[in-house]
Amino acid sequence: MNSFHALKDRIAIVGVGNTPYGNFPEIDDYGLGARAFRNAVEDCGIEKDKIDGLLVCRVPQYARMGEILGLNPRWTIQMPPHGRMSGMAIIEAAAALEAGLCDYAALIYANIGRSRRVNYGGEESPGVWDPWGFTSPGAAHAMMFQRHSALYGTTTRQLAEVSVAFRHHACLNPAAVMKQPITIDDHEAARPITEPLRLLDYCLINDGAVCIIMTTKERARDLKKKPVMISGIGAREAYTTSSIGNFDLNFWYDEMRDVASQAYGMAGVGPSDVDALMCYDNFSPTVLFSLEGLGFCKQGESGSFVEGGTLKLGGKLPTNTDGGHLSNSYMQGWALNIEAVRQIRGECEARQVKNAQVVQYCGATPCSRSIIYTPG
Amino acid sequence: MQTAIAAKPRPKIDNVSRGFWDNARAGKLSIQACRACGHSHFPGSPVCPKCLSEDQVWAEVSGKGKLLSWVRFHRAYWDSFRDDLPYIVCLVGLDEGPLLVSNLVGVEPEQITIGAAVEVVFEKVDDELTLPKFRICD
Repeated sequence: MNSFHALKDRIAIVGVGNTPYGNFPEIDDYGLGARAFRNAVEDCGIEKDKIDGLLVCRVPQYARMGEILGLNPRWTIQMPPHGRMSGMAIIEAAAALEAGLCDYAALIYANIGRSRRVNYGGEESPGVWDPWGFTSPGAAHAMMFQRHSALYGTTTRQLAEVSVAFRHHACLNPAAVMKQPITIDDHEAARPITEPLRLLDYCLINDGAVCIIMTTKERARDLKKKPVMISGIGAREAYTTSSIGNFDLNFWYDEMRDVASQAYGMAGVGPSDVDALMCYDNFSPTVLFSLEGLGFCKQGESGSFVEGGTLKLGGKLPTNTDGGHLSNSYMQGWALNIEAVRQIRGECEARQVKNAQVVQYCGATPCSRSIIYTPG
Repeated sequence: MQTAIAAKPRPKIDNVSRGFWDNARAGKLSIQACRACGHSHFPGSPVCPKCLSEDQVWAEVSGKGKLLSWVRFHRAYWDSFRDDLPYIVCLVGLDEGPLLVSNLVGVEPEQITIGAAVEVVFEKVDDELTLPKFRICD
């Protein structure tokens, strides 16, 4: 049987594209997806009709997307519109490319949640805990952070470091939705949503789309830009405790330890080799939990680890250099993955991490994933 | 004529969950227990997640547990909760194992300590529905 380690440096990201991020009531998800696709095609210079693999996420219907783009692929996957899908999607596409199920895969994510007023929490279909008023992914993260504070003494001022660092990056990113710098005091003064979390702990909801084009190492050589390789992947679900959605009593620590050991083991690197981290940040506490699980610090020590601008450009571990979900764009992990690619290519201008050679994506969720990217 | 106020969300009562809500109406807290392997869990499941048996019952538990975490809602995701703001939701680890999300009653936020012993109380909503909630034990 093949070890998944055989996938190391076999599959490349060759093209990335995105739309502007904001509020676009005049265009639908297919229109946004098509624009991101066109930008990714242009980015890698591929002849569009060579694309024979299509993965769509949060796009309503794969066949309509294919019709709009004039594609008849031989591999298709539709992923549900959950945030945790981006890492899963890239790994699935890598496996399909390695197996020869397709030669060039286009992965398209589109979100129209801002203009169509999507709300999280208080859904129509009854959840198990609704009768007690417990709803929304943010409340689950508030529940985890409260426990983390009680167990380890983590403070909201430490948590603020996450939001402040990412906003700093957004201010360096012309594409980011949020443009105003914030301070730790601003974070502390923001209105509470589900205490102990406040408005600045919550991600944005905005429209936009992202496209990633992937192929094998050999095929990547014929395209416009230097490929970015997938050097490590790691995966672990936590389904058996998932009745409380978006929640884990131990902060997905065990799952992220497992993910880290898979991804670092495959890539042959460790946390100290990571030049930049792209960390799923639907809510700021997830970033603290991810840092612990991946081994950037010990469990319980993420609060002091992030103090003093650790996550800022120029800090010990530049994280979410595009501004993340908190301040760049709510592209549910997809924008973080293209930011990883752009960092390795050296295309990030004011927010560029010098000589970024190892860039890691991670998401601590009920489907935890990590991907380690290196130059091809 | 009075304007109808939208009711609070009610539990989905089906063949799997009915026993829990019948027991709650009778002032009993229960978790689903497998008669084949003894595994107990909440919420209910059509088969035992450990051994896949369908031979399961709603077994009464002590109603005692530990407070594992809590939050305070300042936003009403349903209009029907607006008058309750800010309200407290707690996470309880039952002495028998399973976790329950519920409300903590009769306590101010500054009096709450994670790890505190808690016990169930029953709040009758109407003739059909009684909600198990928790209070901190003295």
